Amino acid sequence: MFVFRRLPGLAALMVGLSAAVACAQAEVVEPTVVHNDSGITSWMLTSTALVLLMVPGLALFYGGLVRTKNVLGTMMHSFSAMAIIGVLWVICGYSMAFGPSVAGGWFGWSSDYFLLQGIDASELEAGIPEYVFAMFQGKFAIITPALIAGAFAERVRFRGYCVFIALWSIIVYNPLAHWVWASDGFLFNMGAAGAIDFAGGTVVHISSGVSALVCALYLGRRRGYPGTAMQPNNLVLTLLGAGFLWVGWFGFNAGSSVSSNLATAQALTATQAAAAAGGLAWMLIEALHHKKATSLGLASGILAGLVVITPAAGVVTPGGAIVLGFVASIASYLAIQIKNVLGYDDSLDVFGVHGVAGITGALALTFFIRDAWWADAQASSAGWGVMDQLGVQAASVGVTVAYAAVCTIVLVVLVEKLVGFRLSEREEKAGMDHVLHGEHGYGLLNLN
Amino acid sequence: MKLITAVIQPDKLDEVREALLAADITRITVSRCTGHGRAQGGVATEELYRGQSVAPNLLPKVRLDIACNDAFVEITVQAILKAARHNGGEIGDGKIFITPLEDCIRIRTGERGSDAI
Repeated sequence: MFVFRRLPGLAALMVGLSAAVACAQAEVVEPTVVHNDSGITSWMLTSTALVLLMVPGLALFYGGLVRTKNVLGTMMHSFSAMAIIGVLWVICGYSMAFGPSVAGGWFGWSSDYFLLQGIDASELEAGIPEYVFAMFQGKFAIITPALIAGAFAERVRFRGYCVFIALWSIIVYNPLAHWVWASDGFLFNMGAAGAIDFAGGTVVHISSGVSALVCALYLGRRRGYPGTAMQPNNLVLTLLGAGFLWVGWFGFNAGSSVSSNLATAQALTATQAAAAAGGLAWMLIEALHHKKATSLGLASGILAGLVVITPAAGVVTPGGAIVLGFVASIASYLAIQIKNVLGYDDSLDVFGVHGVAGITGALALTFFIRDAWWADAQASSAGWGVMDQLGVQAASVGVTVAYAAVCTIVLVVLVEKLVGFRLSEREEKAGMDHVLHGEHGYGLLNLN
Repeated sequence: MKLITAVIQPDKLDEVREALLAADITRITVSRCTGHGRAQGGVATEELYRGQSVAPNLLPKVRLDIACNDAFVEITVQAILKAARHNGGEIGDGKIFITPLEDCIRIRTGERGSDAI
């Protein structure tokens, strides 16, 4: 995410205020007038919509992978995040993530951002209304906790889930976003040119992947796993969801340049190349291993490629993006084989894909950074090299893994004890759709 | 030989299946079906549609067909009875039909009668 600066005096320059007040404040507070750039604004509005499209995409992706009796309950996990985090982000999320550091830099806070009341007339230096930036960021906050749901699919109470994602968003996501993306966050300022996390490799994918693993280990396996076959109810939905995710990811990554220029095009190209390479790699691996390329494998490879390029899209060359896509699919495939040996039930492989590909991307991107970035880094710190930056990347990964794991174990125990998280055995047998929502997913077979 | 046909609530499918497996009844056919008995309009049948409780007139059910030798009829029936009831028995839990079975043929070998079951 690029540096942006808010212009506090701008409200005073708005049409409708008295000229005298405007002059007085303009002289004291902020002499420059920031003009809105309609080109950047329209691309960021588009990106905001594209990232939101990823949430129903995720609902379809996960929804197709579970058994028929849980299809609605699983899709509700993604959709309810839009409702819950969508409100929380406006109330306090944006303030915690992008307000000035408080509590020793743990998170941000500005009463101006509470309920977004202080940004009603604010324009950012990038040339977009601050509302656009706040809403764009809000979509990332929505999808991140929704990703975790795949790890405990088919076996949690809806009420417990709602409480969990609300608390997780406040305690894990908002501080992490602050550290990595806010201009006074400590990871943003680490090393010569900061830890590189262009669009959320650490904040979104590593944090959700690690938290997913913690949840899967604490909540335990589904009944009958791994002995009983738990076949996807509809891979057609899953493929449709993967398609939505790929399309939406252009907003996720190319939008994260907060511009509409060369940087945007670089991010878009890297995203496309890595996603395609990830999908191709997974097809090849399965063709070698099983003599058949599966549709779920292709979808998983695309996702691994998209995840790996998320932290890297702003800095790597297209050739590097293809290598990263291949490496991500290999790493994720191996991680899932290891999961099968260990026998824990990360049901939809959130850690295997998001955690592993996210960590792979955050570290391996260091070897494929374009020369222009190194020139800038060396300008601010002479002799800054690959190993220096790798150290910064490793530190940001380590901090994210440790913080997400520790906070998640506390939250998941808290929710289980206070609200109830895991479904009872009888409820799990009956299925989430019937027990939790009083509905069923597919009515087409009914005669009326 | 008898053909046991059970019509049960879909949410009890796993419990019934596991109860049958526990009783060593492993050869079953399961299909989706719809229908209703006295359940229509009863509390047990309510579904929610945008916040409104509705009583659908044809309800999704699950049908199990189990062919067995006479000695296994009671074992099968008891397993289903135990597993298919909601809270010890509610309207809509379903029915079991038992009909005489004239013959049974295993396609692979052409065996007939009790041996083929």
